[in-house]
Amino acid sequence: MKTVNQKAWFFVLPVLLLVAFNALIPMMTVVNYSVQETFGDNLFFWEGLGWFEQILRSERFHAALGRQFLFTGLILLIEVPLGIIIALSMPKKGFWVPVCLVLMALPMLIPWNVVGAMWNIFTLPDIGLLGYFMNHTLGIDYDMTQNPLAAWITIITMDVWHWTSLVVLLCYAGLVSIPDAYYQAARIDGASNWAVFRYIQLPKMKQVLTIAILLRFMDSFNIYTEPFVLTGGGPGNSTTLLSIDLVKIALGQFDLGPAAAMSLIYFAITLLVSWVFYTLMTKDDT
Amino acid sequence: MAKITLSKLRHSYLPNPSGPDDYALKEIDLDWDDGGAYALLGPSGCGKSTLLNIISGLLVPSEGRILFNDADVTDLATDKRNIAQVFQFPVIYDTMTVYDNLAFPLRNRGRDEALVKERVTAIAEMLDVTSMLNVRAANLSPDNKQKISMGRGLVRQDVNVVMFDEPLTVIDPHLKWKLRSKLKELHQRIKATMIYVTHDQTEALTFADQVVVMDLGMVVQIGTPQELFERPAHTFVGHFIGSPGMNILPCDVRDGAAFFQGANVPLEGNIVKPATGRTEIGVRPEFVTLGTSGMQGVVRKSADIGRYGVVEAMVGDTRVAAIVEGGVPEQGETVHLNFKPEQTRLYADGWLATEARG
Amino acid sequence: MTIVLNNVTKRVGAVTHIKPTTLTLRPGHFNVLLGETGAGKTSLIKMMAGLDPVAEGSVTIDGQDVTHVSPQKRNISLVHQFFVNYPHMTVFDNIASPLRVAGMAKSEIADRVADAARILQLTPMLNRRPQELSGGQQQRTALARAIAKESRAVFLDEPLANLDYKLREELRDQLPELFAGRGAVVVYATSEPEEALLLGGQTALMQDGQVAQFGPTAEIYRNPASLTAAEVFSDPPINSARVIKQGTVVRLDNGVSWGVSGVAAALADGEYTVAVRPNYVLPVRSERATVPLRGRVAVTELSGSESSAHFTMGDINWVSLSHGTHPYEVGEEHDFYLDPSHCFYFGADGKLAA
Repeated sequence: MKTVNQKAWFFVLPVLLLVAFNALIPMMTVVNYSVQETFGDNLFFWEGLGWFEQILRSERFHAALGRQFLFTGLILLIEVPLGIIIALSMPKKGFWVPVCLVLMALPMLIPWNVVGAMWNIFTLPDIGLLGYFMNHTLGIDYDMTQNPLAAWITIITMDVWHWTSLVVLLCYAGLVSIPDAYYQAARIDGASNWAVFRYIQLPKMKQVLTIAILLRFMDSFNIYTEPFVLTGGGPGNSTTLLSIDLVKIALGQFDLGPAAAMSLIYFAITLLVSWVFYTLMTKDDT
Repeated sequence: MAKITLSKLRHSYLPNPSGPDDYALKEIDLDWDDGGAYALLGPSGCGKSTLLNIISGLLVPSEGRILFNDADVTDLATDKRNIAQVFQFPVIYDTMTVYDNLAFPLRNRGRDEALVKERVTAIAEMLDVTSMLNVRAANLSPDNKQKISMGRGLVRQDVNVVMFDEPLTVIDPHLKWKLRSKLKELHQRIKATMIYVTHDQTEALTFADQVVVMDLGMVVQIGTPQELFERPAHTFVGHFIGSPGMNILPCDVRDGAAFFQGANVPLEGNIVKPATGRTEIGVRPEFVTLGTSGMQGVVRKSADIGRYGVVEAMVGDTRVAAIVEGGVPEQGETVHLNFKPEQTRLYADGWLATEARG
Repeated sequence: MTIVLNNVTKRVGAVTHIKPTTLTLRPGHFNVLLGETGAGKTSLIKMMAGLDPVAEGSVTIDGQDVTHVSPQKRNISLVHQFFVNYPHMTVFDNIASPLRVAGMAKSEIADRVADAARILQLTPMLNRRPQELSGGQQQRTALARAIAKESRAVFLDEPLANLDYKLREELRDQLPELFAGRGAVVVYATSEPEEALLLGGQTALMQDGQVAQFGPTAEIYRNPASLTAAEVFSDPPINSARVIKQGTVVRLDNGVSWGVSGVAAALADGEYTVAVRPNYVLPVRSERATVPLRGRVAVTELSGSESSAHFTMGDINWVSLSHGTHPYEVGEEHDFYLDPSHCFYFGADGKLAA
């Protein structure tokens, strides 16, 4: 006689409801907007895939998407190696471990809009510490409200300052879990420091590194608050990342249809890149 | 390959050791011949791992010297000592194939690929892993991983010593004997100096020509497996080797004879040391027989374990174990015990105090 | 108090881990589950404890069907191979924790803990935390928790596997006394035949998710029902080979032959598998070990009081186990002597013929 226990489904139900309320239902609203045109008064006209076509052909979208990839690419290129180097050079035991960990965690504890505001004031040419120092002491023309390059350097530096710690902490967790025997064996095998890194530390960090890169990719790809507070997307459109552009269209111009279509495309890109990356990284784990 | 000498070695983990109890290792003097198979045997906390770490250079001793072929290496770092070590848990370079794992110690030292290939092929053949050479090491079973760790220790021909630190811990019980015997075979083929650290008597006695038994930071006996079993120099060795261990029975010594529970017990020979302090009779359960006359005891427990029976009888307030062939008596039965005189010894303060006759 | 397994099976996905198994486990002695890693010992224990779902069949404790009852409500204890204790609690609190959960009065908790600690010699350590204890003491703490709880069933899943062997010997010696007279069903999983023999009681021999034989330990050691049962209950591995029986003589493929009498002689002529325990293949001729076998020594082992030699005779690999330290040279030709009175003969179906 075979008995099948159906009770289990009841335990899954709360999770299903939760996911439905905070993900599926809002998303369906967006899908609803993305295929219709509205002129207010709750009047809707069917648009089909028109908005999607318009967004995908729009040069403005291409430019914002390009800036977004550039931003994300740059911060990953800096934060990941930097994070690994810092994690490697942190002490593994003793008095300094908690000190280092707290120092590392500090930037992450600051609210995002405060980070933006801090860096805004910090870099003001006339009264900001950095801005004044660059302009008046070093004589370098550094003004991110005027100069796109300065604006880019500033938002990248800000992100590196804010988020490298995350990579450091995750890598550190991976490193301290390696048993001493591995290092001892490597010394006995005559391995160089590089070989120890390449064949022991890096493979053992692979899983946490995958998570670190995924988190940093998704967060930076969706970044809004900090650059908005810092540069507001300027000068001109030079730091208008995807999310800033999206808000401009949705709330500035109140073009709900195109904004909805753009949100979905945005979401699809994030999902696709994350999935491809994750699949590649975990491919040969069994 | 090298001869290893430990000279007046002492080690304490405390900065200012004051008494003998502060030392994890108490004065050790040892000579290990080139090409020998040795085992360090003792319970956890006896100092065997400390000694191993001192030999491998992971630990600098508080006092004393270590010599490889009469050259002082006490202050040399691990990687300068030219040794190999196999750890308790397999150490595998996950991303490499089995071949690359085995080749790693050679390639790090810049050996040319022809030699690497020759050595790796030879070692793989000895370990029966030839068919796995192109497999990624991460995908192997624990016992095969440990074989690869061993292989990395054996692949270099110029090492001074190969050390094994409880290498069979993670191996399934029914595979242990295969690896145990594999190691023995490897030693016979490679003839490197090997030191095997373990708390398991079977592993130590099977592997080694000479076993160093340690307890409380001291070497209590060095001998062949046969010597350790037949003539333990210390009650600890008698207790630790053999299962069940030696019967250690408190006794009185009067006029050159030993008395257990008031009865005179014939010994293997004369008492050659002053029988002062704690005096005990040591006799293995294998040499205790049940008969119709002799010392009277009441069976406390008996187990028929197939090949033989283990009987535990109370003689007065002391337990005496006997190994018997055939049937075992019931609990509560009265039995008569006899000790084989030539295998009955006297220990004074733990140390052997009788000499064998003839 | 008894535990009854009635045709239980366990499946994970499409893989069957436990084939239909029926067992009745009683109190008053140890119930040993003996088998290699992966034979299904832990699976069986987990099903009895309620930690793994039962695919088919039923588990009853004391006549009560508990097949779908959660582990908390079964009133059982489990001691694992790894030393499982609460790291942030003292030994006292560790032993007391199941009693507190059960809502027992403080004074009774104190009594029971003191009692369990005394039996397991933990009294001086009651205020320490697990990480300040040796492995043996940690495992004794876990055992004390199981004893204090006075549960209906105690499952010991290779509890001594991670201890030094001398400690193992001591604790194994105490275990039967510990549980004697407590009325609980004690189930003990081990992969070592010798351990089963030392614990006595009843043993279930397990292989491939099946019980090959169940009965009083020494009895099934002496009378294996099948070749599988004989193989599971032998360390070093039991010697087996094909023999041809003709009249009162059996002959190995390599020509060695010996006479048989009694039940074995009455068997029909033909092909059988002979199996003989390594301690009946000896390095010296004795009164009963009379059949000479010439073999080449491949591997030798010493376990303190016994020596074993693996030797080959053509395609046949056998082991000899003898008392004392017998010196062998690996590679030498050596005469071993078989004791024909202790041979088992199995038919083509693997069942004991004689």
